[in-house]
Amino acid sequence: MYIYDNIDQRLVDERVTQFRDQTQRFLAGTLPEDDFRALRLRNGLYVQRYAPMLRIAIPYGLLSSKQLRKLADIAHRYDRGYGHFSTRQNLQLNWPKIEDVPEILAELATVQMHAIQTSGNCVRNITTDHFAGVAQDEIVDSLVWCELIRQWSTFHPEFNYLPRKFKIAVNGSVADRAATFVHDIGLHALRGEAGEVGFRVIVGGGLGRTPIIGHVINEFLPSRHLLTYLDAILRVYNRNGRRDNIHKARIKILVKEWGVEKFREAVHAEWAHLKDGPATVTWAELHRIERRFTRPQYEKLSDVDFTSLKTPFNAWLKRNVHPHKQPGYAAVSISLKKTGVPPGDVTSDQMERIADLAEHYSFGELRVTHEQNLVFADVRQAELPGLWQQLREIGLATPNIGLLTNIIACPGGDFCSLANAKSIPVAEAIQRRFDDLDYLHDIGELDLNISGCINACGHHHVGHIGILGVDKNGEEWYQITIGGAQQGRIGKIIGPSFARADVPDVVERLIETYLELRDSEAERFVDVVHRIGIEPFKNSVYGNPDQRPTDRRAALAA
Amino acid sequence: MATLIKDRQIVAQLSPPDLVLEPTDDPALVAGAVGIAGVIAINFPKFGDGRGYSIARLLRERYGYKGELRAVGEVARDHLHAMAQCGFDAFQLREGENPREALKAFDDFSEQYQSTAAQPLPLFRRRA
Repeated sequence: MYIYDNIDQRLVDERVTQFRDQTQRFLAGTLPEDDFRALRLRNGLYVQRYAPMLRIAIPYGLLSSKQLRKLADIAHRYDRGYGHFSTRQNLQLNWPKIEDVPEILAELATVQMHAIQTSGNCVRNITTDHFAGVAQDEIVDSLVWCELIRQWSTFHPEFNYLPRKFKIAVNGSVADRAATFVHDIGLHALRGEAGEVGFRVIVGGGLGRTPIIGHVINEFLPSRHLLTYLDAILRVYNRNGRRDNIHKARIKILVKEWGVEKFREAVHAEWAHLKDGPATVTWAELHRIERRFTRPQYEKLSDVDFTSLKTPFNAWLKRNVHPHKQPGYAAVSISLKKTGVPPGDVTSDQMERIADLAEHYSFGELRVTHEQNLVFADVRQAELPGLWQQLREIGLATPNIGLLTNIIACPGGDFCSLANAKSIPVAEAIQRRFDDLDYLHDIGELDLNISGCINACGHHHVGHIGILGVDKNGEEWYQITIGGAQQGRIGKIIGPSFARADVPDVVERLIETYLELRDSEAERFVDVVHRIGIEPFKNSVYGNPDQRPTDRRAALAA
Repeated sequence: MATLIKDRQIVAQLSPPDLVLEPTDDPALVAGAVGIAGVIAINFPKFGDGRGYSIARLLRERYGYKGELRAVGEVARDHLHAMAQCGFDAFQLREGENPREALKAFDDFSEQYQSTAAQPLPLFRRRA
């Protein structure tokens, strides 16, 4: 964890005071509703379909046991005893009262937490690889850079009112586990020839209505220039991004309309003035941030060999336990995707237990992943059986990380006022259809993402199978895409949409087709789609009328 | 009557601006005039239009404008702190803003992380 100094703490406290005043003025009728909207959003407060929703920031997904206990307590006292982890590594409460929110923020501030810029047209929570700092394929520990960017983006006076929201992701490993190609800015940490740190800068990616893969505008930005370069990009966007149409206001549209060359030139022209200026990153600051991070004191251990048996523990070991750069340690995923529980939801009681377990097994820290799961990053391998046992007791040992039932889904029409359709019941229906664990493991790695509307909070475009809720004359329908990938591929639509009841059948047809076509067990669903295209899948879903899900069901019913 | 603020004081009136810039205006075009103009106003047509903040910083930091820089239009109490950091020193608030409340806004935050027109050294260069 990065531990606040007195200035970091003071700023968060001052924010609470500011928002308390804004809320009071709104409730007293002296602050117009539209203005309050812009102000409450940048404190994470939405007004949703049935109740307000508060989105609490978990900067780059890092959380301490103490903070998780506070979240459990807040969810218990101010909400209905549960929270929802989102794809932006944040926690959402679905039922707080508007007048309670200043008090909730004050409580959060006591554990160095806040809801700053978790919504609104400003720079949002910075996200990163959930294995940062422990990954075997690490190039640079991204956490220090994330904190540097967090501070730079917090209350940036020039960029409080951008044309639209702005999302930055940082990846520090060989594998891109931060979806950097679908962010407004994606940063890949790299090492130069002399080992110096730099960043590949990717701009203009995004999902939503217009899914676009980002463009590299700088192959190697020396790290000391990071903040001046970000200032230059944001300034070009702030001044030139479209403000006439909310659907065309993201930076990706500016990059698309201008073309990447013109955009890069504009950024570099702006940067020429800022480069080497006062915002140039200093070695001393990086060192200061590094020192304020608590780091695990690893023991000298050797790796543990677990005999390969066909037991539930081994299934969990295979799916939920990940390699660690330190011998004798492992990173553990805690799946929040148990069938029957909305993806990403955790109860206050579970939060309490998880906090205890993190304290006992993982140095009192945990991470939230953009797949809406949790990670204990530093577990002694010898203690894996004990941890598994304890997780199983609280229903958190589902061995499905990377598998079809590890569904990423937004809250959807059950909660969100933007949604066209529900996503949670669709997730559950699919999980129920694929409840045979052996079959699931046989299908292998598969990302399935569900969004309740085109805002794409469930990242359906980059799911190997993506499901999007659409509205047809007031009815909920679902459009299916296949072949998307988090590493920067947008899925293709297979055809006309389906009624909710048909979705599990369609997914099943897609899987059957994949199993027939794969050349080996090593070839994943998404690899087959990329190798032979969507036609065979399309044909199996729509081609033969007898095999159309609706017709099949009608035939069965007859 | 609209609340007027100059150098963190309520004032009865402000002199007419020599130049008024809209959010779409390029401050580079008036770079030649910054030594002559005594008052430049930047218009904020909407509560959430943030372009004027960049224009202000450019005038102050790049083109060296030293005169009065005034925010006009949809300017509310809740904008003042950030506007001041970006180099504004005069404000013509929209109708209905409480003057005494507005003055308090300059103290909303006691520190800032970034390099700005008001404080070019970012916090990390001043932090012990």
